[in-house]
Amino acid sequence: MAKLSSALASRLVIIVPYAWLLFFFLIPFFIVLRISLSQTTVAMPPYTPVFDLAGGLAGILDKVREFSVDNYVWLTEDALYFNAYVSSLVIASISTILTLLIGYPIAYGMAKAPPAIRPTLLMMVILPFWTSFLIRVYAWIAILKPEGLLNQFLIAIGVIDQPLIILNTNSAIYIGIVYSYLPFMVLPIYSALEKMDHSLIEAAQDLGCTPIRAFWRVTFPLSLPGVVAGCLLVFIPAVGEFVIPDLLGGSETLMIGKTLWSEFNSNRDWPVSSAVAIILLMILVVPIVYFQNVQAKADSEGR
Amino acid sequence: MMKSLGSIRRSFAPWADPASKPFISVRNVTKKFGDFTAVDDLSLNIYTREFFALLGASGCGKSTLLRMLAGFEQPTSGEIILDGQNLAGIPPYRRPVNMMFQSYALFPHMTVENNIAFGLKQDGMPKADIAERVAQMLKLVKLEKFSQRKPHQLSGGQRQRVALARSLAKRPKVLLLDEPLGALDKKLREETQFELMDLQQELGLTFVIVTHDQEEAMTMADRIAVMSHGKVVQVATPAEIYEAPNSRFVADFIGDVNLFDGTVTSAEGGSVRIETTGGIPLRMASAEKPANGAKAAVAIRPEKIRISRQPPAHAPINAAEGEIWDIGYLGDMTVFHVRLKDGKVVKASALNAVRAVEDPLGYDQQVWVSFGEDAGVVLKD
Repeated sequence: MAKLSSALASRLVIIVPYAWLLFFFLIPFFIVLRISLSQTTVAMPPYTPVFDLAGGLAGILDKVREFSVDNYVWLTEDALYFNAYVSSLVIASISTILTLLIGYPIAYGMAKAPPAIRPTLLMMVILPFWTSFLIRVYAWIAILKPEGLLNQFLIAIGVIDQPLIILNTNSAIYIGIVYSYLPFMVLPIYSALEKMDHSLIEAAQDLGCTPIRAFWRVTFPLSLPGVVAGCLLVFIPAVGEFVIPDLLGGSETLMIGKTLWSEFNSNRDWPVSSAVAIILLMILVVPIVYFQNVQAKADSEGR
Repeated sequence: MMKSLGSIRRSFAPWADPASKPFISVRNVTKKFGDFTAVDDLSLNIYTREFFALLGASGCGKSTLLRMLAGFEQPTSGEIILDGQNLAGIPPYRRPVNMMFQSYALFPHMTVENNIAFGLKQDGMPKADIAERVAQMLKLVKLEKFSQRKPHQLSGGQRQRVALARSLAKRPKVLLLDEPLGALDKKLREETQFELMDLQQELGLTFVIVTHDQEEAMTMADRIAVMSHGKVVQVATPAEIYEAPNSRFVADFIGDVNLFDGTVTSAEGGSVRIETTGGIPLRMASAEKPANGAKAAVAIRPEKIRISRQPPAHAPINAAEGEIWDIGYLGDMTVFHVRLKDGKVVKASALNAVRAVEDPLGYDQQVWVSFGEDAGVVLKD
């Protein structure tokens, strides 16, 4: 009896995450996929066909025949979408590299700090999450705008005499993304560096490496799983980012998140915006699968 | 013929020759970590081709001393001279020494081959030479078949060999070994001890090993430095350390010992008479002449104590009556705990040289424990 109930309990534990994925990922995904194959119309909901159970199975099959890939064809015909995807990938890539360049030294410094102050440093990295993401992005407007804090400060100390135009440019987007996603880069790298055996560095030095060479030959390769995790955690959300380009970027900034938003809200074209979302997902699946492979490989090596 | 302490493993004793120059010279080295003094005004000399052991309990400063030789720590004061060169300020990567780490510190992202080649690549050795040296090292540690494995695919003993091969690959002048056999099981450890000794002889290198395992130090080392609280208590050959300890600490630390405390009653002609606190009159051969009335202790190893049912001819000197309190049978020998009349328990061990014994000694039997005049060492308190 006890055995049976524990088997039941362990099955329940497994069911919970699967049920979560089913209800909050798989079903919404199929709804979006289904809408992306529909046609836009002025109605409620704003697309056809709409399933009607009254028509029975034959009726549903009739409706399914109305599905088409016209929306996907449309995406290839208008260069706007292609440009938006490319621009998103470029912006996300540059932002990821910048975040890595800033995040790695931070993580390294944290991992090398005395153990007593590491929890404090960790807390400081996580602290910004306690304030709303939206409010923090709005705060950057106040800092970056021509009469904002940054320009006032630079003019006051005499570095510049004309305010810098940063807000509503791509630079502002980079600043916003790097700032917002830095913790996602720092934490996995920190965790990889922190569990590293210090005697490996000593062994490298003992065998003739200067500290800098020891870093590149031993520390950095061993932190790669953390670097890959951090880069994907920044890159994937940055590609689809909407709030930061909308608030900090300019009108000429093309990002797929913004395009999707305007298709959905301004054009009320649910099917095309669903198709945009599905393509975005397909683009992102590639790095996710790569990430999974790297993780699995690192796990099998017992790191 | 002159008496010698223990068997002679090899006729190698540069420390006894005043003309020979030490290869490593540690001079008045002190290392402090904050308020804690890990190594306290320590001096010692190590000679070329010597197998030198630093032995002590954890926290005695032996590892800190080794790390100062490797260059991972700098002495707070004092200096270390290696082959005539003062090592002060020389970083680990420019020292002609290599270290084998207790954790082995193998690079997990590299194959066995690349681990061994690591140091050679840092020196910019030509590729062909590296390949040759790596093959040589793999052969030396009998791991030829494992060159393409990663460390996590090896057993503990194999990892230990890779670590050894890696630290020997650069042909260092001195190899430092930090508890090199600590992670191996007993049987493998014993095998490896002899392998390390043979290897050291074959390569003609100077080995400095840190260990807390006295058996390991006794087996392998030419000389042992017994350390306690950052100081060297005694530096001597294993036989001298065992048979002629210079203090209660060393006598007690190495092996089993019976310590008889007492007062000197007379000292003449190379022999000292001591009355123990339990009233046993002892006579010990001793080169030193302590003053009458001085406190002294006599240290006698259990295997040098005889047990008999009848009092020995020299009784009551160097003999005492008691009863068998405990018997420990170890296979190769038997350890008897004999409780003397004054309550003191004496340990005596007897070799089980024959398989069957007529009329064996048993619990609670009245026996005599006795020992010869050269069985023990007189220690001044």
